[in-house]
Amino acid sequence: MSTLGTAPAVRLEGATVRFTSERGSVTALDNVALQIPPGGFISLLGPSGCGKSTLLRLVADLVPPTLGTVTVLGGPPETARLNRELGFVFQDATLLPWRSALENVRLPLEVGPKKRGRAGSRSPEDLLRLVGLGGRENALPHELSGGMRQRVAIARALVSEPRILLMDEPFGALDEITRDTLNEELLRIWQETGTTILFVTHSIPEAVFLSQYILVLATNPGRVRELVECGLPYPRPLSVRETPEFIRIASHLRALLQTC
Amino acid sequence: MADKPSAVIAQPAVTVMERAPAGPARPRSQAWLPFAAAAVLLAAWQILAQVFSLPVYIAPTPVQVARTLIIELPMLLRNFVPTAVESLVGFVVGNTIAIVVAVVFVHSKRLEAALYPIAVFVNTIPILAKAPILVLIFGLGMTSKVVIAAFICFFPTLANMVRGLTSVNPQSLELMRVLSASKSEIFWKLRVPSSLPFLFSALKIASTTSVLGAIVGEWIGADLGLGALIIEATHNFRSPLLYATVFVSSAWAVVFFAVVSFAERRIVTWKQGEVS
Repeated sequence: MSTLGTAPAVRLEGATVRFTSERGSVTALDNVALQIPPGGFISLLGPSGCGKSTLLRLVADLVPPTLGTVTVLGGPPETARLNRELGFVFQDATLLPWRSALENVRLPLEVGPKKRGRAGSRSPEDLLRLVGLGGRENALPHELSGGMRQRVAIARALVSEPRILLMDEPFGALDEITRDTLNEELLRIWQETGTTILFVTHSIPEAVFLSQYILVLATNPGRVRELVECGLPYPRPLSVRETPEFIRIASHLRALLQTC
Repeated sequence: MADKPSAVIAQPAVTVMERAPAGPARPRSQAWLPFAAAAVLLAAWQILAQVFSLPVYIAPTPVQVARTLIIELPMLLRNFVPTAVESLVGFVVGNTIAIVVAVVFVHSKRLEAALYPIAVFVNTIPILAKAPILVLIFGLGMTSKVVIAAFICFFPTLANMVRGLTSVNPQSLELMRVLSASKSEIFWKLRVPSSLPFLFSALKIASTTSVLGAIVGEWIGADLGLGALIIEATHNFRSPLLYATVFVSSAWAVVFFAVVSFAERRIVTWKQGEVS
């Protein structure tokens, strides 16, 4: 059992996900136990096919557990989803191409049983400014760069003020310079909003730079390999990546991933 | 000499610009090209017809056709109106039914499985074979022509619309699920806008084929209309009138197509195929 504190935002107990098709069944996640405290920043790291995305989709109520239980904010994931406590950022920005940046951010306010029609304490305009896109409200997605589109996707995920933000390799398709900038901004947003973040990544430096804890998953079947603490103090400037502590954690993770 | 790589670090130019810098050379418009080509072809036709002194009933010269077009304009317009109305109404009716059926198919895989093959089968019957049957059923008036025009629009729009409504980015569907969107919200906010580029591709085809349908319907039997005029002019060897009539019907189809294209550019402002 990987324990990160009391009154968890997310709790998995013996969570197993099996996908069955005509060609047999694949165990994407096997008997995963995990607790994530509210306000935490946890990265999920592991080789392809280790079930990182499946774990995220389990929490988001996009995939049901085959066995075990998933508790999100003290209830079933479905309740959290219906109450708009979950924000999801995909690897592709997944913006609707006919909507402007602002209209894309507003989408969550227009759909679902709990639609409010208007935002909470942060308006869509505020959120676009928060992600550094003030002044580009009316731009259509094809007029924005990949990094800007991903910023819009983050603003959209934040508009319903979710208590948990699920991010599935959100910066995986971006160049390194853009990725560095967005990593810094994500930390700033996390500290400003106090949201719990579950962050899937393939990148060791990205995981170490962002997270309080890094959950290393092994493949075949997907299972928890180790929970690595990353105690570097916040706020973290990009230069933290040259410190001995950063390098120590990164090389530990690299060694660990070779056994996954 | 050392084999070290070298690079010159460019210094910003300090020359004061006296004039505004010329922007990138704007590509010269090539819109005049098809008109020039048409003029050359018409001139060649005129010259060849005169050199070989072809009889008017075999091949009238462009000048003769133009003269007929002007002299017979009131008569041509009188015949143009019913054809225009038939093709327009047929366009609206055929496409509306196609869109409704596509929506039904997307919501019921069973109905789609049952009816889609029949739609394909009916579509394989040539319009020239369907038209007499429809004239027998709907009579010699405008109704039968509207039905034929509607028929000819129906299938391309149905096929495109079904594809448009179902070709939604799967990740967008996941997003809608995370947002707990209802089925009707997904339909109106995701499926319908996604289908618009597909719909307009079909509407552009339909804009020209609906004119074709109306004319074919008029061939089978009508007192008035460009199709009836084509038949009459052919039978009486009035070749300049025949050519003038063909010109009017083509002009109408081109205008129709241009209007639909204009609407497409105004409505589908996003880049097609851009999903992320």
